[in-house]
Amino acid sequence: MKRWFERQRYFMDFAIASLARGKVKNTSLVLCYALVVFLIASVLFFSASIRHEAVSVLENSPEILVQKVMAGRYAPIPLEYAEKIGEIPGVRRVVGRLWGYYFHPAAGANYTVMVPTEEEIADDTAQVGLGVVRTWRVADGGMIRFKAYDGTAVALAVKQAFGAETELFTSDLILISETTFGKIFGIPEAMATDLAVTVRNPREWRSVAEKIVRVAPDVRAITREEIQRTYASIFDWRSGYVLVLWAGAVLAFLIFAADRASGMGAREKNEIAILKAVGWETSDVLSLKFWEGLIVSSSAYLIGVIAAYFHVFFFPAPLFEHALKGWSVLYPKFAAAPVFDLYDLAAVFALAVVPYSFISIVPAWKAAIADPDAVTRFS
Amino acid sequence: MRNSTIFIIFAATMMLILGFLLIVHPAVSSSEYQKRTSANRQVVERLGLTDICLFTEAGYTRHVTQSDLFSAFRDHPGAREHLPSGSMFGPPPRFEKQIPSRNMEK
Repeated sequence: MKRWFERQRYFMDFAIASLARGKVKNTSLVLCYALVVFLIASVLFFSASIRHEAVSVLENSPEILVQKVMAGRYAPIPLEYAEKIGEIPGVRRVVGRLWGYYFHPAAGANYTVMVPTEEEIADDTAQVGLGVVRTWRVADGGMIRFKAYDGTAVALAVKQAFGAETELFTSDLILISETTFGKIFGIPEAMATDLAVTVRNPREWRSVAEKIVRVAPDVRAITREEIQRTYASIFDWRSGYVLVLWAGAVLAFLIFAADRASGMGAREKNEIAILKAVGWETSDVLSLKFWEGLIVSSSAYLIGVIAAYFHVFFFPAPLFEHALKGWSVLYPKFAAAPVFDLYDLAAVFALAVVPYSFISIVPAWKAAIADPDAVTRFS
Repeated sequence: MRNSTIFIIFAATMMLILGFLLIVHPAVSSSEYQKRTSANRQVVERLGLTDICLFTEAGYTRHVTQSDLFSAFRDHPGAREHLPSGSMFGPPPRFEKQIPSRNMEK
């Protein structure tokens, strides 16, 4: 066994010396290869972290939400629906929620404006998230002005209510009182944006949701389970950006492998012929080529995965910010929780390292079985 | 020093760093993230939040779970999905039965 290890080390020595002869070419190859691994690993790290964070935190979202749909669009829901729904067995509580969106032209950002159901807020005050403070350029204690539905201005004193740790969920939130909400959006009294239904027994969620739709046929019921399932599939490989990135990475790995499979140039054929002439076995040549491939691909894999880890978990994935932000102005600043799936890393390893290490064996074998005299004479 | 020794040292160092990042770092920072998760859960429960604030471009991207299949196309008849973040996620799973291409496959 010791002899086998020592033999492999000699192959490694020789493979590295051979790679070092094309230092610039092979260094660039490792860096490009590492960049592809970095990109795909960054996406995997980021998406696993966001999925985990969203699914685990949204365990506490409302059990069932009821939206009124009119002509295929949402419409405010009359609070009398709450009474009908409240009579369904298993329903503990039905609360009307008031929330909506406000676009501030000067900041160019969309904000979520909400009325909290559990607490009172003074009519002249707005409790805001950090993203609002940043994009509206207002400090704690300053004033923000809304243009109401009837054209009047509504000025509110700002209170920064949420810290950096909840920014992923509260960055664009503006909490105001029910009276102020009515003043800004003009929603009629006895109407709500939607209804939050409390059903304690998770096994009853689905049946209660079905009963709600039977009691009020013009509504749609969304269960907590559906909310969590939506986020469990976010950044799914079929979604546009991720599909393009995966396709690009797979193609890049294929190109690297194809280049290696077909790239047995005259110099390498000559080298193999000389090795055969001085007494190397065909299996030795194949081992040498395997080690060359493994050294390049495993180095690129390790560099790429480590760089991706730092990119996502130590910095807030700055390369993705642009894509995630899209045309929006407001983007939360948050550190992704270090959660990942080892299966994903194994898949990238299988894709990046295995084909590249083994693909050159066939052309190397073809070169190794050729007559050394003929190869060296005609090269 | 032999070439193989240099590579083995390099590979071992990288694997140690990777091992530290994949095993030690999550364990060390877990208390901080648990604290954050707990704070987020409290806010979500208190305010009845349903979505993460990652894509604030439009209502249907900000509140993905509350959207419908028409949200992206309601600007005008024949409007196509035009916001970059709209391609980060598929439609909420409850709409799967309503997606024509899926039904045609069946």
